[in-house]
Amino acid sequence: MDPRQTQTKRLALRLATAAVAMFGFGFALVPLYEVFCDITGLNGKNFSQGPTDIARIDGSRTVKIQFLTSNPADMPWDFRPSVRSMRVFPGEDKQTAFYARNPTDSWMVAQAVPSVTPSEAAPYLHKVNCFCFDRQPLEAGADTEMPLVFVVDPDLPKHISTITLSYSLYDLTESQKVTQLTLDNDKGRASL
Amino acid sequence: MTKAITLALSLLATPAWADWQVNMNEGVTALSREIFDLHMLIFWICVVIGVVVFGVMFYSIFKFRKSKGAVSEHWHENTTVEVVWTVIPSIILIAMAVPATATLMDMYDTSEAEVEIQVTGYQWKWRYQYLNEDIDFFSNLSTPREEITNAAAKNPNYLLEVDNPLVIPVNKKVRFLITANDVIHSWWVPHFAVKKDAIPGFINESWVKVEEPGVYRGQCTELCGKDHGFMPVVVEVKSEADYAQWVADQKAMKLAMAGESAKEFSMDELIAKGEGVYNKVCAACHQPGGQGIPGAFPAITGSPVATGAIEKHIDIIVNGKAGTAMQAFGQQLSAVDIASVVTFQRNRLGNSVGDSVQPSAIEK
Amino acid sequence: MATVDVDLPHVKEDDPHHHGPAKGLGRWLYTTNHKDIGSMYLIFSLCMFMIGGIMALVIRAELFQPGLQLVEPNFFNQMTTMHGLIMVFGAVMPAFVGLANWMIPMQVGAPDMALPRMNNWSFWILPFAFLILLSSLFMPGGAPNFGWTFYAPLSTTYAPESVTFFIFGVHIMGASSIMGSINIIATILNMRAPGMTLMKMPLFVWTWLITAFLLIAVMPVLAGVVTMMLMDIHFGTSFFNAAGGGDPVLFQHVFWFFGHPEVYIMILPAFGIISEIIPTFARKRLFGYSSMVYAVASIALLSFVVWAHHMFTVGMPVVGEVFFMFATMLIAVPTGVKVFNWVATMFRGSMTFETPMLFALAFVVLFTLGGFSGLMLAIAPADFQYHDTYFVVAHFHYVLVPGAIFSIMAATYYWLPKWTGHQLNETMGKVHFWLSFVGVNITFFPMHFVGLAGMPRRIPDYALQFADFNSMASVGAFIFGFSQLVFIYNVIQNVRAGEKATAQVWEGAQGLEWTIPSPAPYHTFSTPPKVD
Repeated sequence: MDPRQTQTKRLALRLATAAVAMFGFGFALVPLYEVFCDITGLNGKNFSQGPTDIARIDGSRTVKIQFLTSNPADMPWDFRPSVRSMRVFPGEDKQTAFYARNPTDSWMVAQAVPSVTPSEAAPYLHKVNCFCFDRQPLEAGADTEMPLVFVVDPDLPKHISTITLSYSLYDLTESQKVTQLTLDNDKGRASL
Repeated sequence: MTKAITLALSLLATPAWADWQVNMNEGVTALSREIFDLHMLIFWICVVIGVVVFGVMFYSIFKFRKSKGAVSEHWHENTTVEVVWTVIPSIILIAMAVPATATLMDMYDTSEAEVEIQVTGYQWKWRYQYLNEDIDFFSNLSTPREEITNAAAKNPNYLLEVDNPLVIPVNKKVRFLITANDVIHSWWVPHFAVKKDAIPGFINESWVKVEEPGVYRGQCTELCGKDHGFMPVVVEVKSEADYAQWVADQKAMKLAMAGESAKEFSMDELIAKGEGVYNKVCAACHQPGGQGIPGAFPAITGSPVATGAIEKHIDIIVNGKAGTAMQAFGQQLSAVDIASVVTFQRNRLGNSVGDSVQPSAIEK
Repeated sequence: MATVDVDLPHVKEDDPHHHGPAKGLGRWLYTTNHKDIGSMYLIFSLCMFMIGGIMALVIRAELFQPGLQLVEPNFFNQMTTMHGLIMVFGAVMPAFVGLANWMIPMQVGAPDMALPRMNNWSFWILPFAFLILLSSLFMPGGAPNFGWTFYAPLSTTYAPESVTFFIFGVHIMGASSIMGSINIIATILNMRAPGMTLMKMPLFVWTWLITAFLLIAVMPVLAGVVTMMLMDIHFGTSFFNAAGGGDPVLFQHVFWFFGHPEVYIMILPAFGIISEIIPTFARKRLFGYSSMVYAVASIALLSFVVWAHHMFTVGMPVVGEVFFMFATMLIAVPTGVKVFNWVATMFRGSMTFETPMLFALAFVVLFTLGGFSGLMLAIAPADFQYHDTYFVVAHFHYVLVPGAIFSIMAATYYWLPKWTGHQLNETMGKVHFWLSFVGVNITFFPMHFVGLAGMPRRIPDYALQFADFNSMASVGAFIFGFSQLVFIYNVIQNVRAGEKATAQVWEGAQGLEWTIPSPAPYHTFSTPPKVD
């Protein structure tokens, strides 16, 4: 085989490999996106779940936490926060609840997906215990109070005085087999 | 053939109020004016650059023509000149970037708002929930179908009018929390220079402080399906006093409606009311005659749901149908409206089931 | 400059294929000849251009007046979607690949492309892919209707059945582009005639070399994103579905990571073409060859870090917005350098204005106009008013129509005599040019105005204040559309007849392709020329 042909075949193989690698890169963008947002803290996805080790309370300022709810199209449950907003000291543990009722006549399972704005605030809103960690089943006609225990990090940048936490309630009854349920996410404006 | 004639006739019917606006609106907020100024600044910079570059180019076309005896010179590089025309544009751009960044930071400052409203984009309407009042309503396009199908003359606010506009007070900072119910929408009011994508499962925020009372109209600006062009945004900015009055009126209306659902309605009343609801809310998909669009939206005429058990009919309207475009209208329509439209669908559009339902039954 | 090789076969004497092309349909199905394949790409592209153009006319006919006259909104959405897909993937990209196939081997003194059989495959899967895509118009539920940018969840949860065929078609087109790019890079890097160093290559070859690397980098990412869509739709994953923990905005990031370099893929070869044509008709060497090469390379590199300027209103944190604004503004610098260099080439030259030059000059002016609206769009705060309005539609049509498409027409008129051996009919060429020039401006200039006045994109009906300019645009569209019949006539006529063309064709033309006879023999440069 003439040397130029070998060179060509080798180059072609390298380029084809590059193409395959870029395909992999496309998929890698998915976790990369999450990691990048987490590391740079640029807005983040708040990965802080469960008990924290925050020891101090910052009494010099209060932060308003506002609760919103949203029901995507096919989700008929009544879903609302028990309080619309509260003022908290950064560092203090707070608890609130969300009311949910299944008005249909079949058993259903819901999943609440959180989202925070402003996005910079997301890493500073720690959910010690949240109903969004688990799927919520409800019998036909039943209702429930779902708890949220949280603490605002005292390191929250000073210019942020209001944090809005919004939950979208999705119907998961059909798709019990939902994969990729990464429940470690508090979706602060989940994008860079 | 009919279409061609309609087209030809419509040519003769150009409304006189169509106009020739060529530039962006300055708008009615401090930010919209800042943005307008940025827009004009970059525009003029481009004009100047264009004049210079095209000037040289047209000069060359005119002067250096072979037909006029021009003979080409033989130089083809000059590093100094290249550096100059790389550096100067860079400086101009840096100069532009400074005010642009400042304005951007202003746009992101949503603190200290006095009114807060959750805006949710639906296919194909907006929902406004006032977070500190108990006000919650949908805002649908109210242009009559006949105007859209060219069976009636178009009014001046064609496609930019709604049944229930958003109402906000003048000179107060209003914060919007924006999300969506199904697909991505985008909420835009040009005179406010506010545009934000409404993303299902996520919350975005924006704010405005309007300096002049009036009615301001915008549209959805993200392709969201078939009626993307038919879900306008209308905002009425009222004086403080008028706004307070409006809030009080809304509360009173809510009480009145609650009272309404306890009443008994006659079959005719239900059907009449139901027709209005059907045309406003259902006809977009199920079509004005109830025939639906095969393959996309089922017909109401002869439908097993609309002619079958009434409980199932009510259920599908109130709770929607998972996995389809049929929304859960229980959130969007009052009990009176639902009872009316159910009765209408069962007794018109080619159906004649003969039964009806009262709002009080829906309430349960 | 070069020794010319006319038709000496470089294969064994008893090889039955060494005397010109085979006969009949088989010739085209099995050909590995770069000229044949180039011609097939160009003819395919022209057909797609017509189909995409008809869809544009359906759109503009509906938008001629307020009200819904001709089509239902859902079908209108199918038209806008398919128009975009067909023009981007079926017209512009294959045309540039066709030009690459025809010209690159001749311009570098090679006998053919590096991988001729893969070349055949790269072409033939394209008509197959588009047959699939176009047939979706007749499926229940209709063709894709979610915009050529197919954002989730409109294109996943809420999509018609045809979305799966759309995904399949995209995979095939992507494979075609990737294979084509591998071929182009291998040809340029390995098969240049001795003496042709990289910095002696014609600019068209340079721009294609860089474009091919861009394609290899980003087409697989497009394949990735449509595969993720496929998985969300059919296999229960939730890449873009918030209910399952996914993110619709992730879709936009991955899509535009492909999408932005894609638009540079659609313009860099145009830059190369213009950089060949202007020096020829100004009878003066291209000004600043090296900076032109560096400019293209920097544009290509920068194109990877500006993607989110398509997403300024999505709710990005302000730091992200600022970064993307700066990076986008930066891309204006090397682009400006190119425009300045073209003008400097003209300055103190000796110009004539044959048809290719007319299209090239129109490109410089009108593409620059598109560049100005692009710069305005880069200013993030102002973009909040422009995003998803007709201002954006005006911008990208200016850079794509009097930009990319005019460059393709310029190239066709420029190289047609070399391909067919017949001189151009200058009169008819000018008729086509002027009709197109007038048509294109009447169509797209008013779109700046209605966009600024508040008209959103992708709507089948609009408020009354937008009526006048929309009527104008529709009239312009029909003028432009029908003018392309003149183009088809010109091409077919030139193939069939015309004054005999010399090897040189154009007085000021430089380059290896002008050292061989017109029409170019079926096999050229079987023996490499010497380049000094």
